[in-house]
Amino acid sequence: MIDPGTRLPSIADEDRAPSGDPPYLFPDYRSTPSRSPRNPLLILPRTLSETTGPAFGESAVEPDDADLTSQHAGDPLGERIVVSGRVVDDRGHPVRNTLVEIWQANAAGRYAHQVDQHPAPLDPNFTGAGRCLTDEDGHYRFVTIKPGAYPWGNHPNAWRPQHIHFSLFGRAFTERLVTQMYFPGDPLLEFDPIYHSIREEKARHLLISSFDWETTTPDWALGYRFDIVLGGRTATPTEAD
Amino acid sequence: MTLPLTPSQTVGPYFAIGLARRTENQLVPSGSEGAIVLEGHVMDADGAPVPDAMVEIWQADASGAYDGAFGWGRSGTDAEGFYSFSTVKPGSVDGQAPHLSMLVFMRGLLKAVLTRVYFADEEESNAADPVLGGLPEDSRRLLVATGDGGVYRFDVRMQGENETPFFTL
Repeated sequence: MIDPGTRLPSIADEDRAPSGDPPYLFPDYRSTPSRSPRNPLLILPRTLSETTGPAFGESAVEPDDADLTSQHAGDPLGERIVVSGRVVDDRGHPVRNTLVEIWQANAAGRYAHQVDQHPAPLDPNFTGAGRCLTDEDGHYRFVTIKPGAYPWGNHPNAWRPQHIHFSLFGRAFTERLVTQMYFPGDPLLEFDPIYHSIREEKARHLLISSFDWETTTPDWALGYRFDIVLGGRTATPTEAD
Repeated sequence: MTLPLTPSQTVGPYFAIGLARRTENQLVPSGSEGAIVLEGHVMDADGAPVPDAMVEIWQADASGAYDGAFGWGRSGTDAEGFYSFSTVKPGSVDGQAPHLSMLVFMRGLLKAVLTRVYFADEEESNAADPVLGGLPEDSRRLLVATGDGGVYRFDVRMQGENETPFFTL
């Protein structure tokens, strides 16, 4: 604990390491200039407020929450897929019983959200939202359909690559992560400013799921695997931490 | 050797499908004994309301204990950029002044911003708080929710003259 009156150290956002997180200001993604902070970030000491986080129990999820194809009367249109993976900390230890939330467009690339009015059909059998808890070994599993690509207004002829949004909690509020999972071989990735806001190629690749024979189910669904590593989003590398 | 962390991406404009399905801004029923309201606006660089932000809080209970089952909440913002929580005022943790942790997510924000919310009617403990005291004097007020007793206001300004102080670890 530091003494009151001692200035907190600060760090410019662009100098943050080692996380592969994107910077706040990334002008190629045109919504960032007016929504990104400009002052240096203050480095917080790790008190209980930073090292604790919410715990979610079974009451946070309902049986159909992990199967996005079974939430309505009929089957949604599109390519049925199994999306699964393991949530671990930066030492590879499983993050157990943590809440995983996903949301996505339907197979036509349309979100069941009133703001999305682009001319692609809604699917009455698909909402596109799911939740589950990781198991004792950190595993999660969703059944869904492959989301379509869709146009957006960022620049002329801009299209988002196919993706599924992920939200995770981890063991501390400061490990909280919202990210997007992409699909291997998507030709739109090369042109997507949101994907490219992550500066290092190796870090970007962490968001691309892999096609997975192990979870591909004969005559039923293709499997994609997306593993997630959570940790304190530190400003600088710390020894033996 | 540690594993590289999975990078962050924006929550985008459509998160309400997945993240606003339940009412999660009532940590305690509003109007119940000991309940306070924490509310405010989220504003962009031009002071314009951010109508598509998501605000999350994490806090100790009234006795200053973090127990996991209590203390987390989530509120979207409305067309005026307004968010609101019903909760209790947290107790003091480890000699720090009563405070909440707050994360704000929105389209155009590639990773969440982290801040803290203190309370204007805790002058004495605020003056001794190591985090608040670690800020330049003229920006401390930007982390202090105004009000007393029942309703506290805390605005988040993403940028500009009164940019909210944001933290990292």
